[in-house]
Amino acid sequence: MNLLVPAAANDGQTFQGPTIEEFFPQAVLFEGTPFELNRVMLIRILATIALIVLMWIGTRAMKVVPGRFQSVVEMGLDFIRVGVVEDLLGKKDGRRFLPLIAAIFFFVLFMNITGVVPLLNLAGSSVIGVPLVLAVIAYIAFIYAGVRKSPKLFFKNALLPAGVPPVLYIIVTPIEFISTFIIRPVTLTLRLLMNMIVGHLLLVLFFSATTFFFLYAPAAFKAFGLGTLAFGFAFQLFEVLVALLQAYVFAILTTVYIQLAVAEEH
Amino acid sequence: MTHAVVAAEESINPLIPAPSDLVWATLCFLVVLAFFVWKFIPSFLKMLDDRAAAIEGNIAKADEAQNKAEALLEQYTAQLADARSEAARIKEQAREEGKRIIAEQREQAAAEAARVTAAAQAQIEMERKQAAAQLRSEVGSLAIDLASGVIGESLKDDAKAAGVVDRFLADLEASETGKAGAQA
Repeated sequence: MNLLVPAAANDGQTFQGPTIEEFFPQAVLFEGTPFELNRVMLIRILATIALIVLMWIGTRAMKVVPGRFQSVVEMGLDFIRVGVVEDLLGKKDGRRFLPLIAAIFFFVLFMNITGVVPLLNLAGSSVIGVPLVLAVIAYIAFIYAGVRKSPKLFFKNALLPAGVPPVLYIIVTPIEFISTFIIRPVTLTLRLLMNMIVGHLLLVLFFSATTFFFLYAPAAFKAFGLGTLAFGFAFQLFEVLVALLQAYVFAILTTVYIQLAVAEEH
Repeated sequence: MTHAVVAAEESINPLIPAPSDLVWATLCFLVVLAFFVWKFIPSFLKMLDDRAAAIEGNIAKADEAQNKAEALLEQYTAQLADARSEAARIKEQAREEGKRIIAEQREQAAAEAARVTAAAQAQIEMERKQAAAQLRSEVGSLAIDLASGVIGESLKDDAKAAGVVDRFLADLEASETGKAGAQA
């Protein structure tokens, strides 16, 4: 018996590994309409409400001398304001794009963190909709920022980089076009999506293997359950880090793209 | 966990979004973005501005208070120095005054003493002279009366009598002196 081959029949006696089906549960409401709700969509709505409620409480009546909760919210907002936005865009442009970047960071963070919240256990960003929509918004934002500043300069900087002999533009310009206008949104989408999909699959794999080893495996294999449980626990913690890191990466890349778009010269 | 049948698995491509997936992702994000644009970031930035203003205000206030305190301290120090020199001056003045008064008193006392002494001496001298003159006249007449009786001869001649008395007194004085010298 090969333990690791997923079996079609899930009778509990053979090991059933996680599949991509995990991310496409059955619809619970409005089935067949564009507003179809399944478990992932409900998790997204819950995360959205949680984010807005927490932020609302934190910023409802902000005081010059902050209380405990305000301090925490402030720390998060200041991390984005100082560490990401003002650092890359400066104070003036920074103020303009701060709401967008902060919204992206906290939205991604809350969508990611549901992956390790008990009973939810599925990231809202583990289905392509969230990464794709955010990538499109980042794409629109940096093109808007560049075109608003100076359309000529933006496309010149993007497509005809300075310091390259004009002959090489035959090669360089298509490469730059692909990298700026195609690769950027694709990588933004896939990086976040794949991180969340793989993180969830790993957790499911470890914990379902633990269940299988403890309950159904032959006696000789039961000890493996301790190992898979330990790994599952470690990866659970790791997923918290990944959730934060991916939110940070998404926010900082969006900011960098905007910065490159509004730069005079690179 | 319920899974769809294996045949359905092959039709799912995680890279192709379902319409509802896009709808909910967009709706959720737009709601979050709206709150950040409308409420969260503006109140956050307003609070930061207020905080900066408060800190700047406090610094300015503290500066002002310090300047005031320094000015006051300077003023007090100057006043204290003034008062000290004033006190020293008054003390010095008083000391000189005292010296002057003492000297004056001493002078007055000395003058008074000298006056009293001089008056006493003058009186003594005068009385001595008076006594001597009286004595001389009494002793002279007494001696002459006595001598007249002895020698039976009246020494009426005044010139002669005076000469005799004088000689007699001189002899008397000389014998007195000789006696005193012998005694000493």
